[in-house]
Amino acid sequence: MSAQDAAVTQEASQALLDEASQARLRNTMRTQRIQDFFFHKITLLFAASVLLVLVGIIVSLAIGAAPAFREFGMQFIARAEWDPINDQFGALIAITGTLATSLIALLVAVPISFGIALFLTEICPAWLRRPMGTAVELLAGVPSIIYGMWGLFVFAPVFGDHVQPLLKKTLGLLPLVGPMFQGPTMGLGILTAGLILAVMIIPFIASVMRDVFEIVPAVLKESAYGLGCTRWEVVRKIVLPYTRTGVVGGVMLGLGRALGETMAVTFVIGNANEISWSLFAAGNSISSTLANEFAEASSPLHVSSLFALGLILFAITFIVLSAAKLMLLGMSRKEGVK
Amino acid sequence: MDGVMNPVYRRRLLGHRIGIALSVLAMAIGLGFLAWILFTLLVHGFGALSHTLFSLDTPAPGSEGGIRNAIVGSLLMVGFSTLVSTPVGILAGIYLAEYGQNNKFAAVTRFVTDIMLSAPSIVIGLFVYALLVPRMGHFSGYAGTLALSLIAIPVVVRTTDNMLHLVPNSLLEAAFALGAPRWKVATTVRLRAVKAGVVTGVLLAVARISGETAPLLFTALNNQFFTADMNQPMANLPVVIYRFAMSPYEDWQSIAWGAALLVTFSVLLLNILSRTLFRQKNPQ
Repeated sequence: MSAQDAAVTQEASQALLDEASQARLRNTMRTQRIQDFFFHKITLLFAASVLLVLVGIIVSLAIGAAPAFREFGMQFIARAEWDPINDQFGALIAITGTLATSLIALLVAVPISFGIALFLTEICPAWLRRPMGTAVELLAGVPSIIYGMWGLFVFAPVFGDHVQPLLKKTLGLLPLVGPMFQGPTMGLGILTAGLILAVMIIPFIASVMRDVFEIVPAVLKESAYGLGCTRWEVVRKIVLPYTRTGVVGGVMLGLGRALGETMAVTFVIGNANEISWSLFAAGNSISSTLANEFAEASSPLHVSSLFALGLILFAITFIVLSAAKLMLLGMSRKEGVK
Repeated sequence: MDGVMNPVYRRRLLGHRIGIALSVLAMAIGLGFLAWILFTLLVHGFGALSHTLFSLDTPAPGSEGGIRNAIVGSLLMVGFSTLVSTPVGILAGIYLAEYGQNNKFAAVTRFVTDIMLSAPSIVIGLFVYALLVPRMGHFSGYAGTLALSLIAIPVVVRTTDNMLHLVPNSLLEAAFALGAPRWKVATTVRLRAVKAGVVTGVLLAVARISGETAPLLFTALNNQFFTADMNQPMANLPVVIYRFAMSPYEDWQSIAWGAALLVTFSVLLLNILSRTLFRQKNPQ
């Protein structure tokens, strides 16, 4: 099209667009601009509401916890006393219970999750991959209260009758770790709670690990196979080093879940406000203390101390989950440059 | 075969076999626990299923009863939470996908959403308690609904955001070239293209909140009687399961097993349903 032709067409279309339709066009564009403006602001408002909830949680927990911290000071965290009758409270028993159960859960869940992720990405035949993956996701879908019931009525009796005596006779005789496996074998307690938590967080850790294993470039793996590596060596020396941050992120995510889990723990931890070296002993975690006592707490200091426990729990999980998230973000950046 | 069977090779092969065997064992352990839990539920729960379970309210110990009030309470609270969290979650998700590139605020929102996804649900319960219960003077279905909504919203936000990013840019550019305004492109083109994925997110959120117990303990509490009044404390399946399972009465425990069977299979069914729905629409 020559410049002259273009000028002619433009003139023709100018003529077509008479005054009235130009005004209409301007009008439409103005309304659309206004609509877009409101669309932006409305969606922004809803996105901001998520942040608002976070701020609300922190503020309301802090307000609720203030009287307890005023009464006991920062010592509240380190006091190993929880006595609603005499209005004496401290968080140490609950914090210890939460950390102990979560650590046991991690020790058990991490190797099993790794095995499952490895199975799903490297070993499983293609046709079996989907049903197996779905099964793992279903394990994640079972509500935590069901884990609690199953733990209390089915797992704990079996564990107390058969496994705990065995542990007592073997690990209980060792130096150093011995005292941790002594005591009455009643099936309930810190160790049981940790094991149930392990079953609960396995699917979460496994699915993160599977996702990060899948982003390892095929070229890297094939090069290793080409050098004669076995599949196990490829996993140990190529896949794991490449996905290290992602794997740790997945583990932290599982830890975050375990720390805050309530119902499963409440059923099997035994609910005793004591600290003991024995993992067979009954204890209490932050969340189980809240679940058991909050609705019945009558003295204001008791309620406030429970809020303080909630604040501590939220702070711990927030830090752990943030670390997990940052690590996984680093991992997805790696995926971008693949 | 001398070269092949040298000690180094044998050691490596052994290491490989042990590693693979342990991995298969791990998978078997995972599947074993799933099977064990489901089997337990079927054995204990099936006997408790009867028409009285669905037609009577929660009883006093020793008398006949069911979980009608808890089923209705759960349906009401989960239903209203879905109605609240779906629009909120989708709109927030649209914001993140539409305006979220190179935007600090959106990055922070995404980060916080991810953390709220795994945040302890009992803390959400505490928050809603502090917000509503002292002010209203009693526990209520509304408080329970709010707590469940706060748990469901991040799930919907995250899936909506992820799904919207799957829409190819060319489709959006085609719509813009036709002169469509941004809000129209975002809702009738982009959102519509991933409808199935967004529905998946909503279903997953429903599955998640259907089994949540901890946030309801301090918000909706429980109610021995039938009520459809959201302003009253409200019976719901998870809390009834908790109370009845922890009780020393055998008939209560049996009802708890029946309720547990009902909840678990509904939740798992929702999970499977949402996944198949998503796969049908997005065959890869």
